[in-house]
Amino acid sequence: MEPFTKHTGVGVPLRRSNVDTDQIIPAVYLKRVSRTGFEDGLFAAWRGDEHFVLNQEPYRQGSVLVAGSDFGTGSSREHAVWALMNYGFRVVISSRFADIFRGNAGKQGLLAAECEQSDVELLWKLLENEPGTEVTVDLEAKTVRAKDFVAGFTIDDYTRWRLLEGLDDIALTLRHAGDIDAFEAQRPSWKPVTTPRGSS
Amino acid sequence: MTSTRGRTLAEKVWDAHTVRRGEGAEPDLLYIDLHLVHEVTSPQAFDGLRLAGRPVRRPDLTIATEDHNVPTVDIELPIADPVSRTQVDTLRRNCEEFGVRLHPMGDAEQGIVHVIGPQLGLTQPGMTVVCGDSHTSTHGAFGAMAFGIGTSEVEHVLATQTLPLRPFRTMAVNIEGTLGESVTAKDIILAVIARIGTGGGQGYVLEYRGSAIESLSMEARMTICNMSIEAGARAGMIAPDETTFAYLKNRPHAPQGADWDAAVAAWRELRTDSDAEFDAEVHLDASELTPFVTWGTNPGQGLPLSGTVPDPERISDESARYSAEKALSYMDLEPGTPLREIAVDTVFLGSCTNGRIEDLRAAAEVLRGHKVAGSVRMLVVPGSMRVRQLAEAEGLHEVFTEAGAEWRQAGCSMCLGMNPDQLKPGERSASTSNRNFEGRQGKGGRTHLVSPLVAAATAVRGTLSSPEDLNQEVK
Repeated sequence: MEPFTKHTGVGVPLRRSNVDTDQIIPAVYLKRVSRTGFEDGLFAAWRGDEHFVLNQEPYRQGSVLVAGSDFGTGSSREHAVWALMNYGFRVVISSRFADIFRGNAGKQGLLAAECEQSDVELLWKLLENEPGTEVTVDLEAKTVRAKDFVAGFTIDDYTRWRLLEGLDDIALTLRHAGDIDAFEAQRPSWKPVTTPRGSS
Repeated sequence: MTSTRGRTLAEKVWDAHTVRRGEGAEPDLLYIDLHLVHEVTSPQAFDGLRLAGRPVRRPDLTIATEDHNVPTVDIELPIADPVSRTQVDTLRRNCEEFGVRLHPMGDAEQGIVHVIGPQLGLTQPGMTVVCGDSHTSTHGAFGAMAFGIGTSEVEHVLATQTLPLRPFRTMAVNIEGTLGESVTAKDIILAVIARIGTGGGQGYVLEYRGSAIESLSMEARMTICNMSIEAGARAGMIAPDETTFAYLKNRPHAPQGADWDAAVAAWRELRTDSDAEFDAEVHLDASELTPFVTWGTNPGQGLPLSGTVPDPERISDESARYSAEKALSYMDLEPGTPLREIAVDTVFLGSCTNGRIEDLRAAAEVLRGHKVAGSVRMLVVPGSMRVRQLAEAEGLHEVFTEAGAEWRQAGCSMCLGMNPDQLKPGERSASTSNRNFEGRQGKGGRTHLVSPLVAAATAVRGTLSSPEDLNQEVK
């Protein structure tokens, strides 16, 4: 994973709450077996509407999405994160993220920055009044800036550290392989295994 | 989660699986007892293992099936959609290469991943269960800690059999009292979600408790835990009891002999201590519940069937009002319309929420002697091939087909429309599934979430209905 320290890009106001993962990428777009190429499915239903924000210049080139509360609810599909990143987004700002979406974002290097709803509203106004306004998100300082606007955001310290360092979770866990071995050695013998009964 | 006070069920299961406590901001490392795999969220995870040269650490704690993409007709033929076929073929190759047990399309044990785990007896009390699917919460009905994960986490579990996680908060959902006629587990959970909202459970494990929950069958408990994610929760749990043990006994992977006794002794400890404290609590009176249906585009937008489509103008919260306006526009509904007057063209009975044998029995009982309305197509999709086989042994398939419904093969089907079972733009369904999101069942499709009883009655009358509405009708 690429380290994430600071990102500056065009902000995109998405005035919707409860943007579920079926809206971010509908199920029919989940059939690829790679992690790339999902940008076509991003907000597929809404992109058919010419007034949708991503169909307008200069939002089309956006990389910082500013969305309503409860972003990423529903399905666990990591494809939602891939679709946003494949399209070019590096940051999503919302006042509340669904747990699984936030976790998936953290694994892939998409920054899910949690801001106060009042700050989201101010950003929406700014980005709508002055389309093309660039937003700078600083993970070190945990700030969002755009023109005169400055606000803090929250993210858990561990995810922040991993993003800043660009660390792979699996490699981190495998440092504790000895602990895993020890745990396995004391699991009760009656715990089920998936191998069919009678086979070794 | 260690302290001198009593512990909740969730805390007990968490503690028993902690490989390593995190220090400072670091998460705990949690051991995973069972990893369920399907074709949609796993290909990129297996790819990651291959790139890093890592094996699957515990293939014997991993099991795969094909469910999301599979057609529910002509399953002996190759899958017509080449992209779906590639995804299914990729799973088969990955399972072969990494030594993972797979139940492919056509196999007697194939089915929706959350139906086959319990049915095989692989889901047991006190376990940690994960799957790259948000409805993994289903398995919490057994007193397991079960939750959905993303593909990066799927890869993590395949490689290490663990996950780094911060402890979840706990919420007690207390439901006391007796359910009325035609009121089911589905109505309970829709009412819970309407009460706490689609984000109300965020960060929490919900523990469903109280006399109404204790009286439920395992199938009904699974329906409730299944939709915990629709309240935003990480997981839902119900303490195991005699009902749980009776369901598990003699299942293919249940412990046997002395192991069974040891397991049951351990499972009896899996209850929230009387001096434990939850981080939050809600209370519902089961006797006040009635059949519940959704009118909007998220599962929290639901009302009793006797109600009317809400008027957004009367919603004071600005964000909720805006959301309701958008939902009514998408659903093409007028405020004030009685919910019972909403006509549907499709009824879907199935999914990991309501595709188990009890759901099919309940719906068949309502349909028996009736006909599906001429304006309606009804799809009955068993949750697994075992459920299908059992239903056929009981003659339920004849009840469905004689009523005019279509009797299909097992899979996720129209719950999410990844296979050809989809709504067309503008079509409206009464669906026993779990999500009424815009376009979930097909682009432009409109979904009302309902119980199997309401689904069956709706199929007969053509408008959202409960079984009582059929009593006046001539058989």
